[in-house]
Amino acid sequence: MATDILMPALSPTMEEGKLAKWLKNEGDSVKSGDVLAEIETDKATMEVEAIDEGVLAKILVAEGTEGVKVNTPIAIIAAEGEDVSKATASPPKADSQAQAAPTPDMHAEGQAEKPAPSAKTGDDAQKAPAAPATITNKAPAPVMAEFPEGTEMVTMTVREALRDAMAEEMRGDDAVFVMGEEVAEYQGAYKITQGLLQEFGARRVVDTPITEHGFAGIGVGAAFTGLRPIVEFMTFNFAMQAIDHIINSAAKTLYMSGGQLGCPIVFRGPNGAAARVGAQHSHDYSAWYSNVPGLKVIAPYTASDAKGLLKAAIRDPNPIIFLENEILYGQSFPVPKLDDFVLPIGKARIHRPGTDVTIVSFSIGMTYALKAAQALAEQGIEAEVIDLRTLRPMDTDTVVESVKKTGRCVTVEEGFPQSGVGAEIVARLMVDAFDYLDAPVLRVTGKDVPMPYAANLEKLALPNVAEVIEAVKAVCYR
Amino acid sequence: MDAATEAGQTRSDLTPSEAAHAPAPNTPQFTRDEDLHAYHEMLLIRRFEEKAGQLYGMGLIGGFCHLYIGQEAVVIGMQMASIEGDQVITGYRDHGHMLACGMDSKGVMAELTGRRGGYSRGKGGSMHMFSREKQFFGGHGIVGAQVSLGTGLAFSNAYKKNGQVSLTYMGDGAANQGQVYESFNMAQLWKLPVVYVIENNRYAMGTSVARASAQTDFSKRGISFGIPGEQVDGMDVRTVREAAARAIQHARSGEGPYILEMQTYRYRGHSMSDPAKYRTKDEVSKMRDEHDPIEMVRKRLVDMHGVPEAELKATDAKVRETVNDAAEFATHDPEPDPAELWTDILLESRA
Repeated sequence: MATDILMPALSPTMEEGKLAKWLKNEGDSVKSGDVLAEIETDKATMEVEAIDEGVLAKILVAEGTEGVKVNTPIAIIAAEGEDVSKATASPPKADSQAQAAPTPDMHAEGQAEKPAPSAKTGDDAQKAPAAPATITNKAPAPVMAEFPEGTEMVTMTVREALRDAMAEEMRGDDAVFVMGEEVAEYQGAYKITQGLLQEFGARRVVDTPITEHGFAGIGVGAAFTGLRPIVEFMTFNFAMQAIDHIINSAAKTLYMSGGQLGCPIVFRGPNGAAARVGAQHSHDYSAWYSNVPGLKVIAPYTASDAKGLLKAAIRDPNPIIFLENEILYGQSFPVPKLDDFVLPIGKARIHRPGTDVTIVSFSIGMTYALKAAQALAEQGIEAEVIDLRTLRPMDTDTVVESVKKTGRCVTVEEGFPQSGVGAEIVARLMVDAFDYLDAPVLRVTGKDVPMPYAANLEKLALPNVAEVIEAVKAVCYR
Repeated sequence: MDAATEAGQTRSDLTPSEAAHAPAPNTPQFTRDEDLHAYHEMLLIRRFEEKAGQLYGMGLIGGFCHLYIGQEAVVIGMQMASIEGDQVITGYRDHGHMLACGMDSKGVMAELTGRRGGYSRGKGGSMHMFSREKQFFGGHGIVGAQVSLGTGLAFSNAYKKNGQVSLTYMGDGAANQGQVYESFNMAQLWKLPVVYVIENNRYAMGTSVARASAQTDFSKRGISFGIPGEQVDGMDVRTVREAAARAIQHARSGEGPYILEMQTYRYRGHSMSDPAKYRTKDEVSKMRDEHDPIEMVRKRLVDMHGVPEAELKATDAKVRETVNDAAEFATHDPEPDPAELWTDILLESRA
């Protein structure tokens, strides 16, 4: 009985990788545990081991092949004596994205009382990894010109954009350094700091012990004396250990010192849910930090915004919370090829112009918003999608201007409903756009539960495209 | 542990070790000028704090107000061994450190009364004052937070290779916080120029050291990181300066952090509202009578250096005048302009 060797996933969010090298040849005998091949992603490398005893009957994917999808058969192991020539790979399962859309709940609170909508199980639930909905990242037609017309665009991932932003700022200012867990020799837990140690050395790329509280405080102390630390948290979940320094030491000292002691520091790292990492690694802190005077809070979606805003954050004289998203790290976007591309903090961007309804989102919430907008367009509803990009200070003007035009608004975020970013937008629209609203503003949010582990429950806990579509239809009375 | 036994141990532990406070044969000596300087500096803190206590009682100072009375020799001895550029950072019992750093007593007092002429323009209060000019980095209200921050000042010194040392103060209470050990670890790992000064005044609020600490010898708190430490008679400004010089030299020469446990005592309550139930009046008066850091210097000035009483009285008068001027300023300076509510939240971006 021949066994397929499948392209493995190095992490729950990996979708494809490179088959770097075969260590066994066709016809070689292998036993369980033998290393057959090496695979690479932009994040990490991994060895593929034989899972059974037999003969490496056939190599299906040549070494050096890029973009091999997870779960694609890459080789076949045949039993001893089996006719190798007859061994053929079973066709890869169709990667169905179809998923029963849970009934959208427009009333964010009170979900606990309602029975959870039934989601399909079986094939969908078995499918690994539980990849989030991805969208085609077409070059957005920027409504506001943020770089000269005709600028050459290069396609890069959010990960590369973040790294380039740090590298460029470190080249320009010796006071800028990066510190955190695994930022140097490991090259970054999510490879955001890849290559920085090699270029800037251990003085400026500082591996810390696993002591978030301590190194956050050290970063703030260093910033008090004029250094410009970039403190990487492996995830913002771990920054809970350090939140005292972020808020009590970094955000408040300028005020408490009567303007004497600024704190030019960037706290950055992935925020919110990745995939299948459970409640303690999935929290979205957007609303938490956006609540605090003395901080600026940035949560970009595109690679271009990630680059331009991280550069601005590093130059800013204030403490900045820079909320990234693990699932977006590997997504590619066009980025203007400019020597010094810096974006203004505190300005939203109209990602997709429209006339019928305003959808406001940020970070990974934009993936749901844009996919919904595309589907809605096919049904004759033109949604204007606004990417807030910065949560504090929040660009209310752009949202209000859009709502004046459309009269309807839906907010989309992965965070919890109560006291969330959406709640804030609703409150502002009540004050600044009440007379222009033709329907109550609705929020699509993560559900009011700790993030579950099971694939089906996790899917239910996160917002989805169908919920956004349903909310938009509701505010459009369609 | 049996509660009665514990209480008994606590009580006996509270009695100051006579060995620590009796003048040892090798006690370092001060010159006449050094003793005069120490006397003036400590007296300024003492009188300033007494005045702050009065203003608090009159309702002119609000909120929290933690007085440094009794502990003056610690910060003055440390400052006598430091050089310009060395940074100071501490917790909330911080008025003495500000004055020792050379901050203006008017500005400190006016901050206590919440006036516009205060160091933080009235927006910080007793626990939150800073002076970039005097290298004083606060004034922090979260117990233990200043230890990581002070380690960050040292990180900056090492990064810039500027030869400066961070003098990071904490109390015996803060010494039990987790981030203190995170900081110890990184400071030693990276050989940061920081001196950790643990002001052991024997009580974290009302909890005695013996009731809060499994290891009451705070000089040993860095052992597992390889950080040298010593216990110092923090009531004698001479022993403080001598130990400080050793510790600062160690840090400045690139050998990393050093821990000084200053055995000291606060005469007043933890803050202005203190039940004074956790220690006896006898314990306090014994320390005042037998180990007062200022009285010790005064006695030396008269007995050893032959300073005339009149000269000391003139110093006393000068200090009183300074403090009265500060109080006068702090009670008549206007409150901050209401517009100050909205300033100093963010700095203008340069980009």
